[in-house]
Amino acid sequence: MGAIAGAWQWLTTAANWAGEKGVWHRLAEHVWLSALCLALSCLIALPVALWLGHLGKGGALAVNLANVGRAIPTFAVLVLLTLSPLGTHGDWPTIIALVLFAVPPLLTNAYLGMREADRDVVEAARGMGMSGPQVLLRVEIPLAYPLIMTGLRSATVQVVATATLAALAGGGGLGRIITAGFGNYDTAQVVAGALLVAVLALTVEGVLVLAERFLDPMRGRRRATRTGSRGASDTSRGAGPGASRAAPASATAP
Amino acid sequence: MSGGAAGPGCLERNDWICGEYLRTRSQELLDATVQHLGITAVSVLIGLLIAFPLALVARRWRCAAGPVLGLTTVLYTVPSLAMFALLTPVFGVSAAVVVTGLVLYSLTILVRNILAGLQAVPAEVREAARGMGYGPARMLYEVELPLALPALVAGLRIATVSTVAMTTIGSVVGYGGLGNLIASGMEGFFKAEVLTASVLCVLLALLADLLLMGLQRLLTPWTRARTGARARVRRGARAAKAVA
Repeated sequence: MGAIAGAWQWLTTAANWAGEKGVWHRLAEHVWLSALCLALSCLIALPVALWLGHLGKGGALAVNLANVGRAIPTFAVLVLLTLSPLGTHGDWPTIIALVLFAVPPLLTNAYLGMREADRDVVEAARGMGMSGPQVLLRVEIPLAYPLIMTGLRSATVQVVATATLAALAGGGGLGRIITAGFGNYDTAQVVAGALLVAVLALTVEGVLVLAERFLDPMRGRRRATRTGSRGASDTSRGAGPGASRAAPASATAP
Repeated sequence: MSGGAAGPGCLERNDWICGEYLRTRSQELLDATVQHLGITAVSVLIGLLIAFPLALVARRWRCAAGPVLGLTTVLYTVPSLAMFALLTPVFGVSAAVVVTGLVLYSLTILVRNILAGLQAVPAEVREAARGMGYGPARMLYEVELPLALPALVAGLRIATVSTVAMTTIGSVVGYGGLGNLIASGMEGFFKAEVLTASVLCVLLALLADLLLMGLQRLLTPWTRARTGARARVRRGARAAKAVA
């Protein structure tokens, strides 16, 4: 456990936290980059997914996008973009790569959530004279909320994790602490950097789980319906954070 | 392939696509691919061997399900670069670091899918098998496992495809298969090397996915007959709706 002691010593040394290459600066870079990419991905993916889900079209697109996204190595895309003419434009290769990888989980989950919204309820809302936008905003989105948030959570964790890889392609962020440690054969620094990144990823996941619970438009009501339909749909089984991450995937298997 | 043009070769021009590169470095590409395949196969196999008993434990004891699923999910949130970095003090710089990291990632997907598959076995089927005198072990291997196979293979496909992609990160410790070529291509600004390795990586993932899909079709002939019938019914229904 010498590595952990070394990492602790590295983390408690004030000099490692200050300055251009310090932890605070890298952390700020990491969070800023992740937040920017996530916002961009949501702006791109959510309107498309909600609209397609509302119309009930484009299922094959959403499913295949998710499967193809998984097969493409992030590292390869980052390096390819860095070597392309875009590489001279600062952070753009990283931003584009991160957005590319955040869009599939957002799109697929939001689309599946919209499709899995109880058709009878939607029909009933239409029967009550609700217009298309009203059905979308007041019925379908609240019903799709859990899956939309699952998608948002996996996209966020993925972006935070992938932003670490940006360091391999010469970008900023916390990954730099790890790669610099590898470069200097400084195991303590490598482990310290890894701990920082892991803690950040887990913290973000935890915050999102809490946010998901408190922002639920159907808070309180959902519990009653869930116990009624237990086992009916695989995706609504709440078995801890990320429970349904595998579920949409198994649902997508042809 | 745009190689073979007159004038300076595509290697000197540093083209993205270069036949000359493929010819002169075929050995290097082959070695990297073999390493990539080896790391992926070993990781997924070990992952499957660990995930199966874990899923059985999670199914047998309700109190174990939470910790098992929770732990594997938490492992999944740890970024891959951080995971490999955290494992280096334990294993030193070796392929074991990469394999262990990838096994830990595959567990999340595999445990969940195996568990979902086993839980989806209808109670009547289990009841019938018990009535026919099947013991727990025989029931698991001859009744439940075959019925859970589609879910299991679905998980295996996801795990394999993402493992192929994630193996590239192993290049931080020098065991990344095709990722090593991507990393060295980046350092040398060698475009053909980066693109070729990336494309090979994606092809490997798709090929592995197709293979597993074929394997599933071979192992579960009954689902094929059923989905065929269901598709026919659906088509019939759609035709009826169009007529109406």
